[in-house]
Amino acid sequence: MNVKVRPAITLAERTVSVPSAMIAVLRRDLQVSFRQSQDIFNPLLFFVMVVALFPLGVSPEVEFLRQAGSGILWVAALLATLLALDHLYRHDFDDGTLEQMMLQPQPLFLLVLAKTLAHWLVTGLPLVLLAPVLGVMVHLDGNSIGILCLTLLIGTPVLSLIGSIGAALTLGVRAGGILLSLLVIPLYIPVLIFGTGTVMAAAEGAPVGAYLALMGAFLALALTLAPFASAAALKISLSSS
Amino acid sequence: MCPALMPGSFCRPFGQCPSAERYGALMSEPLLQAVDLHCERDDRLLFQGLDIAIVPGTITRVEGPNGSGKTTLLRILAGLHDGYSGDILWRTQRRARCREEFLRNLLYIGHRPGVKSLLTPLENLRALMAGRQRHPDKNLRAALDGSGLGGFHDVPCQNLSAGQQRRVALARLLISDEPLWILDEAFTAIDFQGVGRLEQLLAQRVVNGGAVVLTTHHPLALSGMQRLQLGQAA
Amino acid sequence: MWQFFHKLGSPRWFYGIANRFMPWLLVMGLVLTLAGIVWGLAFAPQDYLQGNSYRIIFIHVPSAFLAQSIYVMMASAALVTLVWHMKLADVFVKAVAPVGAVLTFLALFTGSVWGKPTWGTWWIWDARLTSMLILLFLYFGVIALGSAISDAKSSARAVAVLVLVGVVNIPIIKYSVEWWNTLHQPATFKLTEKPTMPAEMWVPLLLVVLGLYLLFGWLAFYRMQTEILDRERRTQWVKALNKPQGAA
Repeated sequence: MNVKVRPAITLAERTVSVPSAMIAVLRRDLQVSFRQSQDIFNPLLFFVMVVALFPLGVSPEVEFLRQAGSGILWVAALLATLLALDHLYRHDFDDGTLEQMMLQPQPLFLLVLAKTLAHWLVTGLPLVLLAPVLGVMVHLDGNSIGILCLTLLIGTPVLSLIGSIGAALTLGVRAGGILLSLLVIPLYIPVLIFGTGTVMAAAEGAPVGAYLALMGAFLALALTLAPFASAAALKISLSSS
Repeated sequence: MCPALMPGSFCRPFGQCPSAERYGALMSEPLLQAVDLHCERDDRLLFQGLDIAIVPGTITRVEGPNGSGKTTLLRILAGLHDGYSGDILWRTQRRARCREEFLRNLLYIGHRPGVKSLLTPLENLRALMAGRQRHPDKNLRAALDGSGLGGFHDVPCQNLSAGQQRRVALARLLISDEPLWILDEAFTAIDFQGVGRLEQLLAQRVVNGGAVVLTTHHPLALSGMQRLQLGQAA
Repeated sequence: MWQFFHKLGSPRWFYGIANRFMPWLLVMGLVLTLAGIVWGLAFAPQDYLQGNSYRIIFIHVPSAFLAQSIYVMMASAALVTLVWHMKLADVFVKAVAPVGAVLTFLALFTGSVWGKPTWGTWWIWDARLTSMLILLFLYFGVIALGSAISDAKSSARAVAVLVLVGVVNIPIIKYSVEWWNTLHQPATFKLTEKPTMPAEMWVPLLLVVLGLYLLFGWLAFYRMQTEILDRERRTQWVKALNKPQGAA
């Protein structure tokens, strides 16, 4: 292993800039996800199937579906996000990548943010893109579908961010998946309420600007606080492994 | 540019830039020090009153039977485990106060090598180095070659053997300029020849002034190796 | 000040102090609670609208009150755990989480029993009941996470993170549930917000609340002592406790 590329040993002064380290994390996670495309498609299929259960299990009547549609889609999206959450850190934890990430000199919460973004891009964003099709299937009108997608677009990142805290906390736990759901579902309730509430308000013709602004506030809050909590949780989980 | 002005270098005494003589002094002062380390896990005392000084140009081998806390100690030293009491100093400063500088100067390879099985060795090495140091692909490929992975640069790691996967992680040693290496069972699954070359690498590293802390079950033929025996606390 | 703070972190010191306080907490708590309940159930005047059924507030309101403030106390202790790594703080969180869950359940149960004569149904998705239900979920989450992680220290710190995340969310949850409630069922009959509650009603209510706080203090100390004994079972002072008095 005598190779000439080895540089001299000095105390390292140089550092890689934080944005480029974040991009590297994002890029690696996306690469891995695209090679394991089931990780992208399975939550999507789950989303579609859960939505399909409601007409079958409750009622296929247009009136019911039109009224409950936004709620059904939101609940299904929430469950699909939840299902995919356990992957967020689990694989990295098992193969040691997470350890290496914690030992990077950049602030951990920013790397966590990059990871969460990558996770949302492959699990949350596809749900938003698929939502219009399912919206038509539950007889939502065009305006409602538009608002629904907008709320999902703002809301699913919040779900991913909050979920990343739960995923980090349950990392060291065997069969952490169910525990993760127990921890995270109560925290999802405000997003769910405002997500469906906005669509319902829009269906009644009420102005939705204020609701969307509130959801935006949720997103801002989650963006600023959740990465810190996730980073702290990761340190705790790794410390006990 | 004076590094004292750079972010993250604030744990150095104010106004001091690492000049040649400073660097000279560095060669003898310990890089990493552990003072009165005490650790229990699951109601079992692993070690207490442990003092360690990792000086540049030395290899420290942590020894002890299974379950004596070798891995835990290395994880504590690397800052991955904080279930301990005692102080850890990075160049005489509390480590907690200069996390960034400490991490920039540490290379840790654990039991789990941090290699993603879906990525190729080249992609893995690139991702592992991305947070630390920019290297052109040419250097990365040369390191992979040097690590015995010539011809496998672009094969997904899941198709490689366990030893080859570990070699991906070990390729980092060939382009690392971090002065402190912490290697936990780095030789696992590496064949006889590979171990021999790793030994050479370590020996040369020490001559160049690097510091190495490691655990291994392989008999190592390295001169001037310090031994740290665990497993006598209880 | 710092010395006191340091002492407060010592389980052994706490064990002794708790022994001194506990009888007082228990006696005062029992007296106040019983006085309040007897007064409230037997002597307070009937409500002009609901008759006697309103009397359940003498249990419902104090337990709901305490259930919420226990979560806030846990959050303060969680902060102490994370910032100062004080052992007692995580002993506290672990000891009182089940108490909080039980009181939340009690509040929900009494609320639902109260709902039957007033609303004519056992359960109604009233804003306050719903947010109590979510609080119960949060408590369950805390308990489940705490028992899932075997290492005591990481378990305590993971729980602390969760409790803090929860406490940031509680106002948001409360607000959004209220908003959701007005969206779905306008003008429900509000029960406790009668500003003209006569003194014969609110004084016993206050007594029960105070009494229950003291009883909670006693129970918290008791459970913390148990937890401390378990954690410190290998130390000299705990072993000395177990010896018969004469032998020591």
